[in-house]
Amino acid sequence: MERYAILPIGKQGVLGTVRQFLASLLEKKLVDALLVPLELPTRDNVVPTIVSNPEQVQAANPLAPVMPVNAARLVSRITMVSPSPDRLGVVLRPCELRALVELVKLKQASLEKLLLIGIDCHGTYPVDDYGKFVKESSSPTEDFLNRVREGKDDPLLRKACQTCEYPVPMGADLTIGLFGANLEKGIVLVAGTPEGEKVIQELGLEAIETEERQPAIAKLIEERAGKREELLKQTQEEIRGLDKLMAALATCINCHNCKTVCPLCYCKECFFDSPVFEFEAEKYLGWAKRKGALRMPNDTLLFHLTRLNHMVISCVGCGLCTEACPNDIPVSDIFRLVGHQVQKTFDYVPGRNLDEELPLTTFKEEELPEIGM
Amino acid sequence: MAEEKEFEPIIVGFFCNWCTATAADLAGTLRMQYPANIRPIRTMCSGSVDPVYVLRALLGGADGVIVGGCTPGDCHYVSGNYKARRRMSILKTVLNTLGLEDDRVWIKWISAAEGAKFARIMNEVTESVKKLGPNPIGKDWSI
Ligand code: SF4
Ligand code: SF4
Ligand code: FES
Repeated sequence: MERYAILPIGKQGVLGTVRQFLASLLEKKLVDALLVPLELPTRDNVVPTIVSNPEQVQAANPLAPVMPVNAARLVSRITMVSPSPDRLGVVLRPCELRALVELVKLKQASLEKLLLIGIDCHGTYPVDDYGKFVKESSSPTEDFLNRVREGKDDPLLRKACQTCEYPVPMGADLTIGLFGANLEKGIVLVAGTPEGEKVIQELGLEAIETEERQPAIAKLIEERAGKREELLKQTQEEIRGLDKLMAALATCINCHNCKTVCPLCYCKECFFDSPVFEFEAEKYLGWAKRKGALRMPNDTLLFHLTRLNHMVISCVGCGLCTEACPNDIPVSDIFRLVGHQVQKTFDYVPGRNLDEELPLTTFKEEELPEIGM
Repeated sequence: MAEEKEFEPIIVGFFCNWCTATAADLAGTLRMQYPANIRPIRTMCSGSVDPVYVLRALLGGADGVIVGGCTPGDCHYVSGNYKARRRMSILKTVLNTLGLEDDRVWIKWISAAEGAKFARIMNEVTESVKKLGPNPIGKDWSI
Protein backbone atom coordinates (compact mmCIF):
# COMPACT_ATOMS: atom_id res chain seq x y z
CA MET A 1 0.00 0.00 0.00
CA GLU A 2 1.14 3.49 -0.76
CA ARG A 3 1.67 5.98 2.07
CA TYR A 4 1.99 9.68 1.63
CA ALA A 5 3.99 12.34 3.39
CA ILE A 6 4.44 16.00 2.64
CA LEU A 7 7.57 17.92 1.75
CA PRO A 8 6.51 21.45 2.65
CA ILE A 9 7.53 24.10 0.15
CA GLY A 10 8.83 27.29 1.64
CA LYS A 11 10.43 30.23 -0.08
CA GLN A 12 13.02 27.90 -1.59
CA GLY A 13 10.44 26.86 -4.20
CA VAL A 14 9.71 23.45 -5.70
CA LEU A 15 13.20 22.75 -6.96
CA GLY A 16 14.79 23.98 -3.73
CA THR A 17 12.55 21.65 -1.77
CA VAL A 18 13.54 18.66 -3.87
CA ARG A 19 17.20 19.57 -3.44
CA GLN A 20 16.79 19.88 0.30
CA PHE A 21 15.10 16.50 0.45
CA LEU A 22 17.91 14.86 -1.57
CA ALA A 23 20.58 16.53 0.55
CA SER A 24 18.89 15.31 3.71
CA LEU A 25 19.14 11.73 2.46
CA LEU A 26 22.91 12.15 2.34
CA GLU A 27 23.21 14.16 5.52
CA LYS A 28 21.19 11.68 7.55
CA LYS A 29 23.16 8.86 5.95
CA LEU A 30 20.03 7.23 4.59
CA VAL A 31 22.07 6.82 1.42
CA ASP A 32 25.83 7.02 0.91
CA ALA A 33 25.56 8.44 -2.59
CA LEU A 34 22.97 9.50 -5.13
CA LEU A 35 22.74 9.04 -8.85
CA VAL A 36 20.82 12.13 -9.83
CA PRO A 37 20.70 14.62 -12.71
CA LEU A 38 22.92 17.64 -12.03
CA GLU A 39 22.89 20.95 -13.87
CA LEU A 40 26.15 21.52 -15.68
CA PRO A 41 27.84 24.82 -14.76
CA THR A 42 26.84 26.13 -18.21
CA ARG A 43 23.23 25.28 -17.22
CA ASP A 44 22.29 24.17 -20.72
CA ASN A 45 22.23 20.49 -19.92
CA VAL A 46 21.39 18.35 -16.94
CA VAL A 47 23.33 15.11 -16.70
CA PRO A 48 23.16 12.02 -14.48
CA THR A 49 25.84 12.31 -11.81
CA ILE A 50 26.98 10.25 -8.85
CA VAL A 51 27.02 12.62 -5.87
CA SER A 52 28.30 11.87 -2.41
CA ASN A 53 28.74 15.40 -1.04
CA PRO A 54 25.43 16.92 0.14
CA GLU A 55 26.62 20.38 -0.92
CA GLN A 56 26.92 19.23 -4.49
CA VAL A 57 23.26 18.29 -4.43
CA GLN A 58 22.48 22.01 -4.66
CA ALA A 59 22.96 21.63 -8.42
CA ALA A 60 20.67 18.58 -8.65
CA ASN A 61 17.69 19.00 -10.89
CA PRO A 62 15.63 15.90 -11.53
CA LEU A 63 12.66 18.09 -12.49
CA ALA A 64 14.32 19.76 -15.48
CA PRO A 65 12.55 18.67 -18.66
CA VAL A 66 15.49 16.95 -20.29
CA MET A 67 16.80 13.38 -20.43
CA PRO A 68 20.05 13.24 -22.40
CA VAL A 69 20.49 9.51 -21.70
CA ASN A 70 18.29 6.84 -20.22
CA ALA A 71 19.88 6.48 -16.77
CA ALA A 72 18.91 2.79 -16.58
CA ARG A 73 21.95 2.24 -18.77
CA LEU A 74 24.08 3.95 -16.16
CA VAL A 75 22.69 2.00 -13.24
CA SER A 76 23.51 -1.08 -15.29
CA ARG A 77 27.01 0.26 -15.90
CA ILE A 78 27.51 0.83 -12.18
CA THR A 79 26.07 -2.44 -10.88
CA MET A 80 26.66 -5.00 -13.62
CA VAL A 81 30.10 -6.23 -12.58
CA SER A 82 29.25 -6.20 -8.88
CA PRO A 83 26.35 -4.78 -6.87
CA SER A 84 26.80 -1.46 -5.14
CA PRO A 85 28.75 -1.91 -1.87
CA ASP A 86 27.14 1.19 -0.35
CA ARG A 87 23.61 2.44 -0.20
CA LEU A 88 22.97 4.23 -3.49
CA GLY A 89 19.87 6.31 -4.13
CA VAL A 90 18.98 6.47 -7.82
CA VAL A 91 16.64 9.19 -8.99
CA LEU A 92 14.85 8.06 -12.12
CA ARG A 93 12.05 9.02 -14.46
CA PRO A 94 9.33 6.38 -14.97
CA CYS A 95 10.74 5.17 -18.31
CA GLU A 96 14.20 4.93 -16.78
CA LEU A 97 12.89 2.90 -13.87
CA ARG A 98 10.99 0.59 -16.21
CA ALA A 99 14.08 0.09 -18.34
CA LEU A 100 16.05 -0.67 -15.18
CA VAL A 101 13.56 -3.35 -14.14
CA GLU A 102 13.94 -4.93 -17.58
CA LEU A 103 17.73 -4.82 -17.28
CA VAL A 104 17.56 -6.50 -13.88
CA LYS A 105 15.49 -9.28 -15.44
CA LEU A 106 18.13 -9.54 -18.15
CA LYS A 107 20.77 -9.82 -15.41
CA GLN A 108 22.43 -6.62 -16.55
CA ALA A 109 21.86 -4.65 -13.36
CA SER A 110 21.40 -5.25 -9.66
CA LEU A 111 19.00 -3.50 -7.31
CA GLU A 112 20.95 -4.59 -4.23
CA LYS A 113 21.54 -1.65 -1.87
CA LEU A 114 19.69 0.71 -4.20
CA LEU A 115 17.03 3.09 -3.02
CA LEU A 116 14.76 3.68 -6.01
CA ILE A 117 13.50 7.24 -6.09
CA GLY A 118 11.08 7.89 -8.90
CA ILE A 119 9.70 11.20 -10.06
CA ASP A 120 6.33 12.02 -11.52
CA CYS A 121 7.17 12.89 -15.10
CA HIS A 122 5.60 15.71 -17.07
CA GLY A 123 7.86 14.90 -20.00
CA THR A 124 11.10 16.15 -21.49
CA TYR A 125 12.37 18.33 -24.34
CA PRO A 126 14.95 17.35 -26.92
CA VAL A 127 18.37 18.15 -25.48
CA ASP A 128 19.10 21.03 -27.85
CA ASP A 129 15.67 22.58 -27.31
CA TYR A 130 16.25 22.43 -23.59
CA GLY A 131 19.52 24.31 -24.03
CA LYS A 132 17.68 27.07 -25.88
CA PHE A 133 14.81 27.15 -23.40
CA VAL A 134 17.24 27.66 -20.52
CA LYS A 135 18.74 30.70 -22.21
CA GLU A 136 15.36 32.39 -22.31
CA SER A 137 14.44 31.89 -18.70
CA SER A 138 15.95 32.67 -15.31
CA SER A 139 14.12 29.81 -13.57
CA PRO A 140 13.48 27.35 -16.39
CA THR A 141 12.34 24.46 -14.21
CA GLU A 142 9.67 26.49 -12.44
CA ASP A 143 8.61 28.04 -15.75
CA PHE A 144 8.30 24.59 -17.24
CA LEU A 145 6.24 23.31 -14.31
CA ASN A 146 3.92 26.29 -14.57
CA ARG A 147 3.53 25.66 -18.28
CA VAL A 148 2.55 22.01 -18.01
CA ARG A 149 0.61 22.29 -14.80
CA GLU A 150 -1.86 24.70 -16.29
CA GLY A 151 -2.85 21.73 -18.41
CA LYS A 152 -1.77 23.38 -21.62
CA ASP A 153 -0.12 21.39 -24.39
CA ASP A 154 3.58 22.06 -24.41
CA PRO A 155 4.70 21.74 -28.02
CA LEU A 156 8.33 21.50 -26.98
CA LEU A 157 7.74 18.15 -25.27
CA ARG A 158 9.10 15.20 -27.19
CA LYS A 159 6.48 13.17 -29.03
CA ALA A 160 7.46 10.09 -27.01
CA CYS A 161 6.63 11.99 -23.81
CA GLN A 162 3.39 13.51 -25.07
CA THR A 163 2.18 10.01 -25.86
CA CYS A 164 3.58 8.22 -22.79
CA GLU A 165 0.88 6.50 -20.78
CA TYR A 166 3.19 5.68 -17.86
CA PRO A 167 3.95 9.08 -16.30
CA VAL A 168 4.06 7.63 -12.77
CA PRO A 169 6.99 5.50 -11.56
CA MET A 170 6.20 1.82 -11.04
CA GLY A 171 7.93 -0.07 -8.25
CA ALA A 172 9.80 2.89 -6.73
CA ASP A 173 10.63 2.90 -3.02
CA LEU A 174 9.85 6.61 -2.98
CA THR A 175 8.22 8.86 -5.52
CA ILE A 176 8.55 12.60 -5.71
CA GLY A 177 4.89 13.26 -6.35
CA LEU A 178 3.95 16.29 -8.42
CA PHE A 179 0.63 15.12 -9.84
CA GLY A 180 -2.31 16.51 -7.93
CA ALA A 181 -0.06 18.25 -5.42
CA ASN A 182 -0.57 21.88 -4.54
CA LEU A 183 2.88 23.17 -5.37
CA GLU A 184 2.27 26.40 -3.49
CA LYS A 185 2.28 24.30 -0.35
CA GLY A 186 4.05 20.99 -0.72
CA ILE A 187 5.31 18.08 -2.75
CA VAL A 188 3.79 14.70 -1.99
CA LEU A 189 6.34 12.07 -1.12
CA VAL A 190 4.94 8.63 -1.91
CA ALA A 191 6.29 5.54 -0.16
CA GLY A 192 5.68 2.50 -2.33
CA THR A 193 7.63 -0.02 -0.24
CA PRO A 194 8.54 -0.59 3.44
CA GLU A 195 12.00 0.69 2.49
CA GLY A 196 10.47 3.96 1.39
CA GLU A 197 8.34 4.19 4.51
CA LYS A 198 11.41 3.82 6.64
CA VAL A 199 13.01 6.82 4.95
CA ILE A 200 9.91 8.92 5.55
CA GLN A 201 9.99 7.97 9.22
CA GLU A 202 13.70 8.66 9.58
CA LEU A 203 13.24 12.07 8.05
CA GLY A 204 10.38 12.73 10.47
CA LEU A 205 8.05 13.84 7.69
CA GLU A 206 4.40 14.39 8.36
CA ALA A 207 2.16 11.65 7.01
CA ILE A 208 -0.82 12.88 5.04
CA GLU A 209 -3.80 11.63 3.09
CA THR A 210 -4.40 13.02 -0.36
CA GLU A 211 -7.57 12.91 -2.37
CA GLU A 212 -6.15 14.78 -5.33
CA ARG A 213 -3.30 12.57 -6.48
CA GLN A 214 -5.15 9.57 -7.93
CA PRO A 215 -7.74 11.56 -9.94
CA ALA A 216 -5.00 13.82 -11.32
CA ILE A 217 -3.02 10.76 -12.42
CA ALA A 218 -6.08 9.11 -13.94
CA LYS A 219 -6.85 12.23 -15.95
CA LEU A 220 -3.30 12.58 -17.23
CA ILE A 221 -3.08 8.92 -18.21
CA GLU A 222 -6.34 9.16 -20.07
CA GLU A 223 -5.09 12.13 -22.07
CA ARG A 224 -1.79 10.50 -22.80
CA ALA A 225 -3.40 7.19 -23.79
CA GLY A 226 -5.61 9.05 -26.22
CA LYS A 227 -2.58 10.66 -27.81
CA ARG A 228 -0.84 7.32 -27.91
CA GLU A 229 -3.74 5.83 -29.88
CA GLU A 230 -3.45 8.67 -32.37
CA LEU A 231 0.28 8.10 -32.65
CA LEU A 232 -0.14 4.39 -33.29
CA LYS A 233 -2.76 5.03 -35.93
CA GLN A 234 -0.73 7.68 -37.65
CA THR A 235 2.44 5.60 -37.57
CA GLN A 236 0.61 2.66 -39.03
CA GLU A 237 -0.60 4.80 -41.91
CA GLU A 238 2.85 6.18 -42.49
CA ILE A 239 5.02 3.09 -42.37
CA ARG A 240 2.93 -0.01 -43.05
CA GLY A 241 3.93 -2.00 -46.11
CA LEU A 242 7.34 -2.51 -47.69
CA ASP A 243 7.26 0.66 -49.79
CA LYS A 244 6.25 2.97 -46.96
CA LEU A 245 8.60 1.29 -44.52
CA MET A 246 11.54 1.70 -46.88
CA ALA A 247 10.52 5.29 -47.51
CA ALA A 248 10.73 5.88 -43.74
CA LEU A 249 14.15 4.25 -43.70
CA ALA A 250 15.35 5.98 -46.87
CA THR A 251 17.81 8.18 -45.02
CA CYS A 252 19.11 5.51 -42.65
CA ILE A 253 22.89 5.36 -42.86
CA ASN A 254 23.33 2.31 -40.60
CA CYS A 255 25.17 4.35 -37.99
CA HIS A 256 23.44 2.29 -35.27
CA ASN A 257 23.12 5.31 -32.98
CA CYS A 258 19.57 4.18 -32.24
CA LYS A 259 20.95 0.92 -30.89
CA THR A 260 23.74 2.61 -28.96
CA VAL A 261 21.43 4.82 -26.93
CA CYS A 262 18.70 2.25 -26.39
CA PRO A 263 18.64 1.13 -22.75
CA LEU A 264 17.23 -2.22 -23.78
CA CYS A 265 19.73 -3.07 -26.50
CA TYR A 266 21.57 -5.04 -23.89
CA CYS A 267 23.90 -7.30 -25.89
CA LYS A 268 27.51 -6.68 -25.00
CA GLU A 269 28.39 -7.03 -28.62
CA CYS A 270 25.74 -6.37 -31.21
CA PHE A 271 25.47 -9.02 -33.92
CA PHE A 272 25.74 -6.28 -36.48
CA ASP A 273 29.05 -5.00 -35.16
CA SER A 274 30.46 -8.49 -34.67
CA PRO A 275 32.56 -10.73 -36.91
CA VAL A 276 29.35 -12.64 -37.78
CA PHE A 277 28.57 -9.69 -40.02
CA GLU A 278 31.98 -9.36 -41.62
CA PHE A 279 31.98 -10.88 -45.05
CA GLU A 280 34.36 -11.50 -47.90
CA ALA A 281 34.10 -9.31 -50.99
CA GLU A 282 32.81 -12.30 -52.86
CA LYS A 283 29.69 -12.37 -50.68
CA TYR A 284 28.78 -8.75 -51.41
CA LEU A 285 29.28 -9.23 -55.12
CA GLY A 286 27.24 -12.43 -54.96
CA TRP A 287 24.33 -10.66 -53.29
CA ALA A 288 24.49 -7.87 -55.80
CA LYS A 289 24.46 -10.42 -58.59
CA ARG A 290 21.45 -12.22 -57.20
CA LYS A 291 19.36 -9.06 -56.94
CA GLY A 292 21.03 -7.16 -59.75
CA ALA A 293 22.23 -4.51 -57.27
CA LEU A 294 22.91 -4.09 -53.55
CA ARG A 295 22.36 -0.96 -51.49
CA MET A 296 25.40 -0.07 -49.39
CA PRO A 297 25.86 -0.03 -46.47
CA ASN A 298 23.78 -3.17 -46.68
CA ASP A 299 21.33 -4.79 -44.28
CA THR A 300 19.43 -1.62 -43.38
CA LEU A 301 16.06 -3.32 -43.02
CA LEU A 302 17.63 -6.44 -41.54
CA PHE A 303 19.17 -4.34 -38.79
CA HIS A 304 15.90 -2.71 -37.77
CA LEU A 305 13.88 -5.92 -38.02
CA THR A 306 16.43 -7.80 -35.95
CA ARG A 307 16.52 -5.13 -33.29
CA LEU A 308 12.73 -5.24 -33.15
CA ASN A 309 12.74 -9.01 -32.77
CA HIS A 310 15.37 -8.97 -30.07
CA MET A 311 14.15 -6.24 -27.76
CA VAL A 312 10.81 -4.69 -28.71
CA ILE A 313 9.13 -6.88 -26.08
CA SER A 314 11.01 -4.73 -23.52
CA CYS A 315 10.84 -1.36 -25.31
CA VAL A 316 9.75 1.27 -22.79
CA GLY A 317 9.07 3.91 -25.43
CA CYS A 318 11.57 6.39 -24.03
CA GLY A 319 12.07 7.76 -27.55
CA LEU A 320 15.80 8.24 -27.23
CA CYS A 321 16.42 6.25 -30.42
CA THR A 322 14.54 8.91 -32.35
CA GLU A 323 16.53 11.63 -30.59
CA ALA A 324 19.79 9.93 -31.51
CA CYS A 325 19.01 9.51 -35.19
CA PRO A 326 21.03 12.00 -37.26
CA ASN A 327 18.45 11.84 -40.04
CA ASP A 328 15.21 12.24 -38.11
CA ILE A 329 13.88 8.77 -38.72
CA PRO A 330 10.94 8.17 -36.34
CA VAL A 331 12.56 5.04 -34.93
CA SER A 332 10.69 5.08 -31.64
CA ASP A 333 7.31 5.52 -33.34
CA ILE A 334 8.00 2.30 -35.23
CA PHE A 335 9.14 0.57 -32.07
CA ARG A 336 6.12 1.71 -30.14
CA LEU A 337 3.75 0.52 -32.84
CA VAL A 338 5.36 -2.90 -33.07
CA GLY A 339 6.00 -3.06 -29.31
CA HIS A 340 2.34 -2.43 -28.62
CA GLN A 341 1.36 -5.50 -30.67
CA VAL A 342 4.13 -7.79 -29.45
CA GLN A 343 3.65 -6.87 -25.80
CA LYS A 344 -0.09 -7.37 -26.13
CA THR A 345 0.43 -10.96 -27.34
CA PHE A 346 2.04 -11.81 -24.02
CA ASP A 347 0.06 -9.37 -21.88
CA TYR A 348 3.41 -7.89 -20.97
CA VAL A 349 4.18 -4.36 -19.84
CA PRO A 350 7.94 -3.80 -19.72
CA GLY A 351 9.06 -2.73 -16.27
CA ARG A 352 5.66 -3.18 -14.66
CA ASN A 353 6.76 -5.80 -12.20
CA LEU A 354 10.07 -7.42 -11.40
CA ASP A 355 8.31 -10.72 -10.72
CA GLU A 356 6.87 -11.00 -14.22
CA GLU A 357 9.17 -13.18 -16.29
CA LEU A 358 10.49 -11.94 -19.60
CA PRO A 359 8.28 -13.53 -22.25
CA LEU A 360 11.28 -14.94 -24.11
CA THR A 361 12.64 -16.78 -21.10
CA THR A 362 9.46 -18.67 -20.35
CA PHE A 363 6.56 -20.38 -22.12
CA LYS A 364 3.26 -22.15 -21.66
CA GLU A 365 2.68 -25.59 -23.05
CA GLU A 366 -0.60 -24.60 -24.62
CA GLU A 367 -0.45 -21.16 -26.22
CA LEU A 368 -0.23 -19.15 -29.42
CA PRO A 369 -2.72 -21.21 -31.44
CA GLU A 370 -2.45 -18.64 -34.24
CA ILE A 371 1.00 -20.01 -35.03
CA GLY A 372 -0.66 -23.16 -36.34
CA MET A 373 1.83 -25.73 -35.13
CA MET B 1 3.75 -20.99 -77.67
CA ALA B 2 6.21 -21.37 -74.85
CA GLU B 3 4.59 -22.57 -71.70
CA GLU B 4 4.89 -20.23 -68.75
CA LYS B 5 7.41 -21.77 -66.36
CA GLU B 6 5.87 -22.65 -63.00
CA PHE B 7 7.17 -20.59 -60.09
CA GLU B 8 9.58 -22.72 -58.07
CA PRO B 9 10.03 -21.10 -54.69
CA ILE B 10 13.12 -21.37 -52.55
CA ILE B 11 12.23 -22.39 -49.02
CA VAL B 12 14.87 -22.48 -46.32
CA GLY B 13 14.32 -25.09 -43.61
CA PHE B 14 16.01 -24.78 -40.24
CA PHE B 15 15.69 -28.31 -38.92
CA CYS B 16 16.63 -29.50 -35.48
CA ASN B 17 19.32 -32.15 -35.67
CA TRP B 18 17.55 -34.38 -33.13
CA CYS B 19 14.17 -34.59 -34.77
CA THR B 20 13.12 -32.84 -37.94
CA ALA B 21 16.44 -33.28 -39.71
CA THR B 22 16.29 -36.99 -38.91
CA ALA B 23 12.70 -37.10 -40.10
CA ALA B 24 13.94 -35.62 -43.39
CA ASP B 25 16.47 -38.43 -43.75
CA LEU B 26 13.80 -40.96 -42.90
CA ALA B 27 11.47 -39.54 -45.52
CA GLY B 28 14.32 -40.01 -48.02
CA THR B 29 14.95 -43.62 -46.97
CA LEU B 30 11.24 -44.39 -47.18
CA ARG B 31 11.20 -42.84 -50.65
CA MET B 32 8.54 -40.37 -49.68
CA GLN B 33 8.66 -37.46 -52.04
CA TYR B 34 9.14 -33.98 -50.77
CA PRO B 35 9.80 -30.98 -53.00
CA ALA B 36 13.31 -30.00 -53.98
CA ASN B 37 12.30 -26.43 -53.11
CA ILE B 38 13.23 -27.08 -49.49
CA ARG B 39 16.85 -26.13 -48.68
CA PRO B 40 17.53 -27.77 -45.34
CA ILE B 41 19.92 -26.38 -42.76
CA ARG B 42 20.69 -28.48 -39.70
CA THR B 43 20.56 -26.73 -36.33
CA MET B 44 21.33 -27.97 -32.83
CA CYS B 45 17.83 -27.17 -31.56
CA SER B 46 14.92 -25.12 -32.84
CA GLY B 47 15.64 -22.89 -29.84
CA SER B 48 18.98 -21.93 -31.37
CA VAL B 49 17.42 -20.41 -34.48
CA ASP B 50 17.75 -16.69 -33.90
CA PRO B 51 15.21 -14.63 -35.85
CA VAL B 52 18.10 -12.87 -37.56
CA TYR B 53 18.79 -16.06 -39.56
CA VAL B 54 15.18 -16.38 -40.59
CA LEU B 55 15.16 -12.72 -41.62
CA ARG B 56 18.48 -12.99 -43.42
CA ALA B 57 16.98 -15.81 -45.51
CA LEU B 58 13.77 -13.90 -46.28
CA LEU B 59 15.52 -10.63 -47.08
CA GLY B 60 18.21 -12.40 -49.05
CA GLY B 61 15.86 -14.03 -51.52
CA ALA B 62 14.11 -17.01 -49.90
CA ASP B 63 10.38 -17.17 -50.58
CA GLY B 64 9.60 -18.95 -47.33
CA VAL B 65 11.22 -20.25 -44.15
CA ILE B 66 10.25 -23.23 -42.06
CA VAL B 67 11.66 -24.02 -38.64
CA GLY B 68 11.31 -27.63 -37.51
CA GLY B 69 11.70 -28.70 -33.90
CA CYS B 70 11.08 -31.61 -31.55
CA THR B 71 7.61 -32.49 -30.33
CA PRO B 72 6.58 -31.27 -26.85
CA GLY B 73 8.60 -32.93 -24.12
CA ASP B 74 11.24 -34.22 -26.54
CA CYS B 75 13.51 -31.18 -26.93
CA HIS B 76 17.05 -32.18 -25.90
CA TYR B 77 17.44 -28.81 -24.30
CA VAL B 78 14.15 -29.21 -22.42
CA SER B 79 12.21 -26.22 -23.70
CA GLY B 80 14.06 -24.91 -26.76
CA ASN B 81 11.09 -25.80 -28.93
CA TYR B 82 8.61 -23.87 -26.77
CA LYS B 83 10.87 -20.85 -26.73
CA ALA B 84 11.33 -21.13 -30.48
CA ARG B 85 7.56 -20.93 -30.82
CA ARG B 86 7.54 -17.68 -28.83
CA ARG B 87 10.34 -16.26 -30.98
CA MET B 88 8.53 -17.14 -34.17
CA SER B 89 5.34 -15.66 -32.76
CA ILE B 90 7.18 -12.39 -32.14
CA LEU B 91 8.76 -12.53 -35.58
CA LYS B 92 5.37 -12.98 -37.20
CA THR B 93 3.85 -10.14 -35.18
CA VAL B 94 6.72 -7.82 -36.10
CA LEU B 95 6.34 -8.59 -39.79
CA ASN B 96 2.58 -8.42 -39.72
CA THR B 97 2.47 -5.10 -37.87
CA LEU B 98 4.80 -3.60 -40.45
CA GLY B 99 2.63 -4.90 -43.27
CA LEU B 100 5.20 -7.46 -44.39
CA GLU B 101 4.12 -10.99 -45.22
CA ASP B 102 4.30 -13.10 -42.08
CA ASP B 103 2.68 -16.10 -43.74
CA ARG B 104 6.00 -16.95 -45.36
CA VAL B 105 7.27 -18.15 -41.97
CA TRP B 106 6.35 -21.45 -40.32
CA ILE B 107 7.32 -23.40 -37.25
CA LYS B 108 6.35 -27.06 -36.93
CA TRP B 109 7.12 -29.85 -34.53
CA ILE B 110 8.15 -33.03 -36.33
CA SER B 111 9.74 -35.91 -34.43
CA ALA B 112 12.53 -38.12 -35.76
CA ALA B 113 10.07 -40.94 -36.46
CA GLU B 114 7.66 -38.84 -38.50
CA GLY B 115 9.06 -39.22 -41.99
CA ALA B 116 5.60 -39.18 -43.54
CA LYS B 117 4.52 -36.10 -41.60
CA PHE B 118 7.71 -34.36 -42.67
CA ALA B 119 7.01 -35.05 -46.35
CA ARG B 120 3.39 -33.93 -45.98
CA ILE B 121 4.27 -30.66 -44.26
CA MET B 122 7.00 -29.83 -46.78
CA ASN B 123 4.49 -30.36 -49.57
CA GLU B 124 1.92 -28.16 -47.84
CA VAL B 125 4.42 -25.39 -47.18
CA THR B 126 5.66 -25.48 -50.76
CA GLU B 127 2.10 -25.31 -52.07
CA SER B 128 1.23 -22.28 -49.96
CA VAL B 129 4.39 -20.43 -50.93
CA LYS B 130 3.62 -21.12 -54.57
CA LYS B 131 0.23 -19.51 -54.02
CA LEU B 132 1.86 -16.48 -52.39
CA GLY B 133 4.18 -16.08 -55.34
CA PRO B 134 7.74 -14.72 -55.26
CA ASN B 135 8.78 -12.87 -52.11
CA PRO B 136 8.98 -9.16 -53.04
CA ILE B 137 11.48 -8.29 -50.29
CA GLY B 138 13.79 -11.00 -51.55
CA LYS B 139 14.04 -9.24 -54.90
CA ASP B 140 14.47 -5.72 -53.56
CA TRP B 141 18.02 -4.33 -53.82
CA SER B 142 17.23 -1.21 -51.80
CA ILE B 143 16.43 -2.75 -48.43
S1 SF4 C 1 13.77 1.20 -28.84
FE1 SF4 C 1 13.88 3.44 -28.64
S2 SF4 C 1 12.01 3.94 -27.45
FE2 SF4 C 1 12.34 1.73 -27.18
S3 SF4 C 1 13.55 1.58 -25.28
FE3 SF4 C 1 15.04 1.63 -27.01
S4 SF4 C 1 15.60 3.82 -27.21
FE4 SF4 C 1 13.71 3.74 -25.94
S1 SF4 D 1 20.19 6.23 -35.74
FE1 SF4 D 1 18.96 6.65 -37.59
S2 SF4 D 1 20.45 6.56 -39.30
FE2 SF4 D 1 21.46 5.60 -37.53
S3 SF4 D 1 20.98 3.39 -37.78
FE3 SF4 D 1 19.39 4.25 -36.43
S4 SF4 D 1 17.71 4.79 -37.86
FE4 SF4 D 1 19.56 4.52 -39.12
S1 FES E 1 16.50 -30.32 -29.49
FE1 FES E 1 15.02 -30.41 -31.10
S2 FES E 1 13.91 -28.58 -30.71
FE2 FES E 1 15.31 -28.54 -29.05
